[in-house]
Amino acid sequence: MSEATFTQLLDLACGGFLLAAVIVLWRRELTAIIQVFALQGLALAAIPLLLGLHEHRADLVAVAAGIAALRAGLLPYLMRRALIASAPAEDRGRRHREGSDERRETQPVVNVAASLLTAAMLTLLAYAVAQPLVALDPTPATRALPVGLAVVLIGFFVLATRRRALAQVVGFLLLDNGITATAFLAASGVPLIVELGVSFDVLLAVLVLQILTTRMRTAFGTTDLDDLRELAD
Amino acid sequence: MTVEASALWLTAPVAVPLAVAAVYAIPRGRPLTPWAGLLSPAAIVAGAIALATVVRDAGPVRAYGQLLRADALTVWLLLAVGAVALLACAANPAYLAGEQAAGRAGSRTVRRYQALVHAFLAAMCAALLAANIGVMWVAIEATTIVTAFLVGHRRTRTSIEAAWKYVVICSAGIALALLGIVLLYYAARAAHVPEAQALDWTTLLAHADRLDPAVTRLAIALVILGFGAKAGLVPLHAWLPDAHSQAPAPVSALMSGVLLAVSFTALLRCKAIADQALGVGFTRALLIGIALLTLAVAVGLLLGQQDYKRMLAYSSMEHMSLIALGAAIGTELALAAALLHIAGHGLAKTVAFCSAGQVLQLHRSTRIDRVRGVLARTPALGAAFGLAVVALLGLPPFSLFASEVALARAGFAAGLGWPTGLALLLVLAAFAALAVRTGQLLLGPAPAGPTHPVPAATTAGGPAGGPPDAPMPDSPHESAAPDTDPADPGPARTARGAGLPLGLGLLACAVLGITTGPLADLLSDAAAIVSGS
Repeated sequence: MSEATFTQLLDLACGGFLLAAVIVLWRRELTAIIQVFALQGLALAAIPLLLGLHEHRADLVAVAAGIAALRAGLLPYLMRRALIASAPAEDRGRRHREGSDERRETQPVVNVAASLLTAAMLTLLAYAVAQPLVALDPTPATRALPVGLAVVLIGFFVLATRRRALAQVVGFLLLDNGITATAFLAASGVPLIVELGVSFDVLLAVLVLQILTTRMRTAFGTTDLDDLRELAD
Repeated sequence: MTVEASALWLTAPVAVPLAVAAVYAIPRGRPLTPWAGLLSPAAIVAGAIALATVVRDAGPVRAYGQLLRADALTVWLLLAVGAVALLACAANPAYLAGEQAAGRAGSRTVRRYQALVHAFLAAMCAALLAANIGVMWVAIEATTIVTAFLVGHRRTRTSIEAAWKYVVICSAGIALALLGIVLLYYAARAAHVPEAQALDWTTLLAHADRLDPAVTRLAIALVILGFGAKAGLVPLHAWLPDAHSQAPAPVSALMSGVLLAVSFTALLRCKAIADQALGVGFTRALLIGIALLTLAVAVGLLLGQQDYKRMLAYSSMEHMSLIALGAAIGTELALAAALLHIAGHGLAKTVAFCSAGQVLQLHRSTRIDRVRGVLARTPALGAAFGLAVVALLGLPPFSLFASEVALARAGFAAGLGWPTGLALLLVLAAFAALAVRTGQLLLGPAPAGPTHPVPAATTAGGPAGGPPDAPMPDSPHESAAPDTDPADPGPARTARGAGLPLGLGLLACAVLGITTGPLADLLSDAAAIVSGS
């Protein structure tokens, strides 16, 4: 693979990665959000794949396969299952009643237009913050590094403004995808033992959140986090 | 000691609790005795003592290549974890008997509870013993995952809410620390540190002066925010009062007494690297700001607090901010004081939470105005809670007095008079709030009528907007409740064996305040490690 092709393909993967995060902000259907998240997982896996092919490192290609399996396969599958569990059959008939539909982000705290504007601002902020990071070792990979930070910031934004339990899980996972992308772009990934541990932690965290979502639905009758306000000072 | 022996002692604090957790997790005909839970803290304490002698004679030890490592700081924290775990695990049988007697826990729930508690201990010890800061991060995030179900143990609306906030805020907060670690790794790789050692703490410390300052500054800011979230410091502290007030009492004790400190130790290790790379100014300014803000938030919410478990949770934030202030001052005296404060706070808070848990089991309300007169009704329990709060207020002879005085002295000596003075004023306000609320809870005559109020009466007429009672008798109980052992004796059982850990904890805290005895060298060695000298 020539240097120019590598750079173009890497930029393409990073562009797709960032675009997916923005589309998550744009869409309201949770099923669509989960699909976009799976696509983002593929874009993320493409980054170590390209790096591995470019640097002739078989271990990075294997890591890419693992990332694709976890982030484009297992995690979206778990979320889809949680979505089905949280929206039982009787609910699907009355999707138009406000607040009763578990499959839609009904009223995000910030509307879509403002969300997209915020995403643009956050991306600019990421580029500003990442200046010293790029300056340290300018390569095609590190020049794309601000994309990882932008996705981290967008993940935080989703976490802070979404009201559905599952939408918050997506926010957390966006955050995590952003960190993984930063690690690959900055230093071709953290050591394998850390990468494995982090992936395992993320998987368990999602499982825990999935179980808590189910319990929340049993206890509160909804997964709208606005109903969680019994504890306050 | 041979290499094999030290490897054994490095492994035991992680392996034994894991094994105990596994044994509890396997279903069995006859329930395992709850006292088997003392095996894990015993292994942790034994490991800590054995490692203390090795580290004193031969310096830091490692095992399994680069994986596990212990120095004086590790040993000090392991001792604190072991002591607090010993008290909490000794309080477990009484707590569980009380829950079973009240019909809130069946044998399956008990098994799951014990398995999770011991897995939690293993994860904390792994975080302390990890040589690689990436692995340390993985272990600390694992504590969040394991404790999530302990916080949500009761499955009431309030506890599910607390568990959700806990997992989301802590995981997102600590993800920032991971980003910081990734950036540190990037800086280390750019400084030509080989890949396999670029996250090893000692290697990073040795090469710290070659790290790029701009990248390191960004990284350490993220690490402080991230591990600070798990240590209960602002801005990501909102989970703490909810989680600590909803978790079962022994778990609250472990979370408040040592988990906060374990996370803070991770922060201290990264700070040592950053101080070498950047000089002390940057982390000092950041930590002073965070410590004072945390203190102000905690004091503000302590002043009007009506819930005694939340009161203890905010007091944890108060003490963590003092420890953060000690780290910010950064001299050896300040760091020794902060480390002593970690141990003293762990012991006192354990006694406070465990006795608060017994008050809750007896009176079924966490609201101060509904309990009152605890000292007149149950003198021993009231005295234990009262003395624990006295210790937390920082009065002699308890060790928190010694560490707070040392902190103040170190602060003024380091030329940080303003922040130290401000912190002392805020601590005074917290003192007043804690003393008044505890007085309301403990003093006064026992109300006429039955000592055990009917649960329905305590929850029915609750004022709107106030925090509801934790037990929530009308909410769905454990699904496993029906298989409660009918032969189990009634609530009288809760008293037996429950007083011993409380007394021991107070005694240890007082002894530590009078003399650190053989621990003095360990403490100064541990402080020297963090101060980088």
